[in-house]
Amino acid sequence: MTNSKAGNFMNVQFAARSENESFARVVVAAFVSRLDPTMDELNDLKTVVSEAVTNCIIHGYDSDPEGIVTISASLDNETVHLTIEDQGRGIEDLELAQQPLYTSKPELERSGMGFTIMENFMDEFEVTSEPGHGTSISMKKTIVSKKALYN
Amino acid sequence: MNSHVEMEHHRGVLIVRLSGELDHHAADFVRMDMDEAIMRGQVSHLVLSLKHLQFMDSSGLGVILGRYKLIHSKGGKMVVCDATAPVKRLLEMSGLFKIMPLYDDESTALSDLEVAL
Repeated sequence: MTNSKAGNFMNVQFAARSENESFARVVVAAFVSRLDPTMDELNDLKTVVSEAVTNCIIHGYDSDPEGIVTISASLDNETVHLTIEDQGRGIEDLELAQQPLYTSKPELERSGMGFTIMENFMDEFEVTSEPGHGTSISMKKTIVSKKALYN
Repeated sequence: MNSHVEMEHHRGVLIVRLSGELDHHAADFVRMDMDEAIMRGQVSHLVLSLKHLQFMDSSGLGVILGRYKLIHSKGGKMVVCDATAPVKRLLEMSGLFKIMPLYDDESTALSDLEVAL
């Protein structure tokens, strides 16, 4: 099989509405499907997309549906690069936000596990934020299913 | 709506069976349905069956923890059963099993709770 996956990418933008969370999961899963991920890998990716998009909606835009969420994904051989960003309020204290179980919105019954899950489910995870301008999360995950098959 | 809540009362125990996807979008509906049943019925304990739950993220963890606090404040117990592998992994990561036991199926969960009644 020829390997011409390097350089493939996609970008998608959508309204910051909660009904788009499932759309976001499905669109990333469909894009990555050519790498033939296992069910577990696919579930990991869907979960982190869900976490990041939910953060954009709840924290970035305070549930204002006028906001826009952008997902960029690219494939570099067996590695998926994902960037999920908003132009919302940003995060004042990044270190605090990444503490397991910390949430700035306990009244909404948030579990405070979003960043912890993203860190655990991906190989690389980085969050950059500028208060008043937005938050961007970049993540990488190598899909190992095919390698495991060939070895 | 992409999530479904099926409920059954069984001798003071509320059995809640979730199916579909429990994300932030579905969380509000699931939370309202469950709280209504808990407040209205003579509910002592809660069994949450996750057998048919296809997807869950941290919003789902929030819903489960919130219901735990509610049931706990009323002196009851909450248990979960039948979690699929990915859901179980998420529950483990969050430390949920430190406060809530996991059973293989509804009947083991029920028999254990009824011993505790």
